[in-house]
This record gives sequence, structure tokens and C-alpha cells, in this order.
Amino acid sequence: MNFDFSDDLKQLRDQARRFLSERCAPAVVRRSLDGQERYAADLWREIAEMGWIGAAIPEEFGGAGLGYEGLCVLAEEMGRAVAPVPFASTAYLAAEAILTAGSDAQRSAYLPKLADGSLIGCLALSEGNGNPEPGTIHARVVGGLLTGAKWPVADGSVADIAVVVASDEHRQPGLFITDLAGVRRRDLNTLDPTRNHARLDFDGTPVEKLGSGGWGAVQRVLDRAAILFAFEQVGGADACLQMAKDYAQERYAFGRPIGSFQAIKHKLADMYVALELARSNAYYGAWALGTDATDLPLAAATARVSATEAFHLASKENIQTHGGIGFTWAVDCHLFYRRSKQLGLAIGSAPFWKDRLVDLLETRNAA
Amino acid sequence: MDFSDTPEEAAFRAEARAFLTANAEPRAGSRPVLRQSGIDAEGVRRCKAWQAKKADAGFAGLTWPKRFGGREASPILQVIYNQEESDFVVPRGLYEIGLGMCIPTMMAYAAPEQLDRYVRPALRGEEVWCQLFSEPAGGSDLAALRTRAERDGDDWVINGQKIWTSGAHLSDFGIIVVRTDPNLPKHEGLTFFFLDMKSPGIEIRPIHQMSGARHFNEVFFTDVRVPDSQRLGAVGQGWKVSLTTLMNERLAVGDVQRPEVDDLLELSRKVRIDGKPAIQNGAVREKIAEWHARSQGLKFTRFRTMTALSKGETPGPENSIHKLVNASKLQDIASYGLDLMGAGGLVVDEDLAEAYAMFQSALLSSPSSRIAGGSDEILKNIIAERVLGLPPDIRADKGKPFNQVPTGRR
Repeated sequence: MNFDFSDDLKQLRDQARRFLSERCAPAVVRRSLDGQERYAADLWREIAEMGWIGAAIPEEFGGAGLGYEGLCVLAEEMGRAVAPVPFASTAYLAAEAILTAGSDAQRSAYLPKLADGSLIGCLALSEGNGNPEPGTIHARVVGGLLTGAKWPVADGSVADIAVVVASDEHRQPGLFITDLAGVRRRDLNTLDPTRNHARLDFDGTPVEKLGSGGWGAVQRVLDRAAILFAFEQVGGADACLQMAKDYAQERYAFGRPIGSFQAIKHKLADMYVALELARSNAYYGAWALGTDATDLPLAAATARVSATEAFHLASKENIQTHGGIGFTWAVDCHLFYRRSKQLGLAIGSAPFWKDRLVDLLETRNAA
Repeated sequence: MDFSDTPEEAAFRAEARAFLTANAEPRAGSRPVLRQSGIDAEGVRRCKAWQAKKADAGFAGLTWPKRFGGREASPILQVIYNQEESDFVVPRGLYEIGLGMCIPTMMAYAAPEQLDRYVRPALRGEEVWCQLFSEPAGGSDLAALRTRAERDGDDWVINGQKIWTSGAHLSDFGIIVVRTDPNLPKHEGLTFFFLDMKSPGIEIRPIHQMSGARHFNEVFFTDVRVPDSQRLGAVGQGWKVSLTTLMNERLAVGDVQRPEVDDLLELSRKVRIDGKPAIQNGAVREKIAEWHARSQGLKFTRFRTMTALSKGETPGPENSIHKLVNASKLQDIASYGLDLMGAGGLVVDEDLAEAYAMFQSALLSSPSSRIAGGSDEILKNIIAERVLGLPPDIRADKGKPFNQVPTGRR
């Protein structure tokens, strides 16, 4: 039994944590929060140079070939730092879609540029309210031309290419890929201004088909991304628990640290429990990704459900532990509270993944 | 990451599996063991026979020194054995405390000739041990115990009452912590002994639990004499010795109790909501998904612990998470399953009730799971203080002589 990351990957994690605590300090995150920039472009360049974006991309396509466990480790640190960069959109969604569904020509055309940071990718999936289901997809490709509106698209204004979920001539939904130059885009105001979100209006935009896997290919991309999102969520939840713990030790009330009150202790213990369960489920997801296990969809849904719950709990109870100062703009609690919801709503929210989890349980038990 | 055993672990697992296959009935397809009532005379006989067989085959006391019949194995092998054994129906419930807590405490503090006398018979299951810790006035606040021991020549004389003593009525020996000096602050006036449960002056009364079980006891002491040679640790060091015992509690791996998520899934295919199987109902699906995520989270947390054990680390206070999560989950799943049954859920007659009445049974037994062996609240304190490092609570009894500490009426 070796259900842990290797020493090399732990070293990578420590490096990433040190690097991000320096270069992605809250002041950097707040530049996006305050609308001074859509994403931290300097940070993004450095991340690209270190090979993080292409961590899981095979070396033949310009990646670092660290494998999925490497990308998982980095994802956790991105979550911990609330990094204002298009990492998830580029690495977990666009690159993964191209890698799992694309032709060799498409892989060679896009992956090296995504890996080295010269292209930013995104996934254009949502069309307003609703979770990812074939029935919610109205965007349509006829004769290689895409028409329809996608919103919100994370990193939609900063991306160079988009993987788009749309229906084909036969009304079969599937994956397409397109250059975003010339596409009408509008920034959206969202709950989490530290990540860019846009509305993309396609009006006869030329697209290429990305594989022919239909909705199965879309779900496959979401399943794999769910595990990586879970690591980001675990990282964010861990950061919240650390913040709450530090504050509870430093803040005095009634002549004693508030952390000596059981009301606070039990709150933090609940956060710890949720986080540990989520972390363990995410680890299993990492294993499933790394080995492309048949159990991957169920592992992904489980990790996603657990991590969404843990980050939500940790981010709201971190504010509660801080008391009044916790809901001010100046203190960083809200950065995590916002990000928790952003990550929780992207790629399908908790009810969607819970329903899918039970579908998969039923399929497994029927087998 | 990989889930495979090391060659040594794999060899041991195969050996354990072979032993179990040859000597026990597989659990698969058998009805759940509900432990509704305590162990009867027949149960004791079966436990004793199994323990002797297990010890003779070298699967009892795996981590113990070889001179006592153990293998000096790493804790990971104990976990592997427990995993394998959980696939079989074996008589349980008589030795967990003695072998998991009492004898390890003896090994840390008893004299060599005492170990020669007591360890092997315990390991073979010939002698049963119990742990006399909790008292009416000392549960979560264990050190508030009041049972007195006073020195009289070469003996100590014990008077008072213990409670929640598992298996006291079946035990030959016990370990006990008592107050030897009430003028000292509460942790300082305690001393630890082992004693013969057949000693004159000991009276044992079973406690009838709400679940119907009679597993715990009240144990009354009236002028019970214990020789000073049976003292474990120095006079006044009883708290320190108790901590040794309680450390070992964490190593004991808890049973997975049923109903589990799969039982709820099966139930929700049978019962109907709005004319359709309950499994098609969104609210039901949401609950099942949440409990599945918790169950899996615990399972993989155990895998992470095993990995740490496998690397030679010792299990720490973070293991409190297992009972904390499991006990509430059991209660919640039981209650929810009954909700799905509607009025039929009231019936406990096994010929009518769903799933051998395991949901009903768990509804009544789960409250004790949330309290026994460290209540939810104490486990959360342990996580907060010992894992997260939060400061201890301010104590009203700190530094006060024990006999001046305020007490309530209950």
C-alpha cells in the first residue's frame, strides 16, 4: 500500500507552495479582484516557464510529462493560493479535451502552445443557467460554422482558443475547437472577479470537430477535470482551515484565545474532518487519473462531491471564525468564499455530481 | 501511488487468508451480525475456541514480542489481518479490550514474572480482561474519578464504583485506575492496578441498554483488597499509565457497522415514493451520494493511515476521525432508511422488517456508538487540540485539590 504522493512530487508541491506564497501573494490576487487586470499575466508566464501548465501533457506534445499526479499536486497549490490565472481552463479543460478527444494533428497543433503558455485555452460549455446536460446545449455547428451564445465562460476574454460544446447537423452534441480571434466577447461581472468570465457570441465562427465521441466525450472531459478541480478545492479548503486556526490562536475574547472555546474548536474540527475526507477522495481520484482506471467516473464524482462540500464549509466557517473582520473587503476570507463558489459551480454543481454519482453506483451494482 | 502490498505484506495477507478460509465461514451472503444482545455462555465458548485457534496459528498479538507468542510485526500487518478477518464471520467481542488495551498496558508496567504469568493465557483467550476506567462522576472527564484506594500494609483497599465496563461479567482480570490521594489536584492523586475480578467485595451488575443489549456493567467495590505488587507504575502516576492504555485504543480498528450505504441503496430500490422506486427520487439520491462520499473518504483515509504505518509511522490522534464520522453516519443512515420505509419502519419483527431489521437495530444502538470510547464532543476536542494545536480549555478544577473541586448533583 502506497497511497501517497512520491517524494519527488512532494518536493514539487513544496516548491510550488513556496513559489506561489511569494509570487501569488494576496496583493496579486487583489489586482484581479479590483479589476486592474483580467489575470496575473506575469505570474502566468512564470508558471508556463516552470512547465506547470503542461505537467500532464506528454513530452511528445511539448509537455513536462510529469503525469497526472504531478498536475494534481500543482492544482492543490493553485487552490491554496487562489491563483488568478487561467490554469484550470487551459490545463484541466482545454488541454485535456484536446488530449483525450483530438486527432494527432490537433494535439500537435495546440498542445505544445498550451504547454508553453503561448496559447490560453478555455471550455465554452454553459449557456446560462443549468448543469451540463445535452438538453442545455443550443449552440449549433452547421457546415463547420458555429452559432450560439456561451456564458459564463471562465477565462473567455483572455483565452486564444476555445473548446466548445455544441450540437452538430444531426443535433448530436459534441466537442469542437476554435480560434477566438474575431469572436465577439464581453466580460461578465461575477461572484469571483479574481477569475475572468465572459460571454462569447458565436455567429458563423469556423470550428473544427474535436473527435467524434458525442456527449460521452464531453462527460469524459468533465470527469477528468472534476478530479483536478477537487484538488484545487482541497487546497482552498486547507488554506481556510489554516487561516481560521491561526486567527483562533491569536484572537482573544473574554481574556482567552477564542480557539480555547469549544464552539470554535468543534467548528474547526468539522472543517478538518470534511477536508480530510475530501483529500482522501481526491487522492483516489489522482490514482484513477494516473492509471486511467475503469472506476474513474465514480472516483471523480465522489471526489467532486466531497471537495465541493469541504471548500464550501471551510470558506464560510473561516469567515465565521473571524467574526466581523471576516466579512470586510480588506481581509482575505472572501477571496476563498468567492473562489469556493466559482469552483463549485464550474463544470456542474454539487446536485449534478451527486445525481451522477448515484447513476454510477447503480451501474456498478448492476454489473 | 499504488494499492499493492509489499512482497512481505502480500505473503502475510495470503497466509492470513489461507488460515481464515480453512477455519471460518466467509461473510459474503451471510446475514449481518447485529450484536443485538450481549455474549451468552455459548458465545463465550465460541470466542474462546476461536481465540485459541488464532493464537496457535500465530495470528493473535501480531505486534507483540515473540517471547509472549507474538510476531513483533509492524502495525500494518495487524491492519491487513483485520481487513482479511472482516471478510469472515468469526466470534468477536470478548478480547478486543483485553488484548488491545489491558495487556499492552501490562507490558509497559508489570514485572517480568507477572508478564510470564498473564500474557500467554490472555493471548490464547483462556483468561478474559476488562478495563475499569469510567465512573458515574468520570466519563469524558475521566480523571474526575472518585473510587478510592487506601494503603493497608502490603495491600490496597478499594471502595467505590466503576461503570460502562465492557464484559466485566465475563472477565477474569481487570485493570483499574483509582484515587489514592484526594488532597492532590485530580490528575496527580491517581494510581493504577490490575486485579482479580473474582476478588471478594466485587459486585457486577449488567446495564440494560436502550438497544436491548447488556454488554456494559456497573462494578461495585466494597473493601476489595489488592496487593501492592499489582500496582502498575508509581503511586500518583495513575494518569500517565492510563494514557498508555488510551493510546492503544487508537490502534484498535473499529468494525464497519451496518447498514452501510449499499444497504440503503438496496432498500431504496425496494421501497417506493410516488409510485416509483425511491432510488429515482432526487432527495434520496442526494443523501446516498453524500453518505457514499463520506464512506469512501473514510476508506481512503484509512489507506493513507496504512501507508503511514507501512513507512513505520505510529498512528496518532488524527485517527479520531473514524469513529467520529462513522457513528453519526450510522445513526443518520438508520434514521433515513426508516423514513423511506414509512410506518413499516416501526416494525422490528424480523419476519416482517426489511433487511433483518438492521435499520431499526442501528437506530437504537447508534446513540451508544456516538458516546462510548470517546464521545463526539471529546473526539472533536482531540482533533482541535492535538491535531490542529488549539489551546486547551480553561479548567475550573486546575491546580485545585480534588476534594475541593465543585461537583454537581448528577
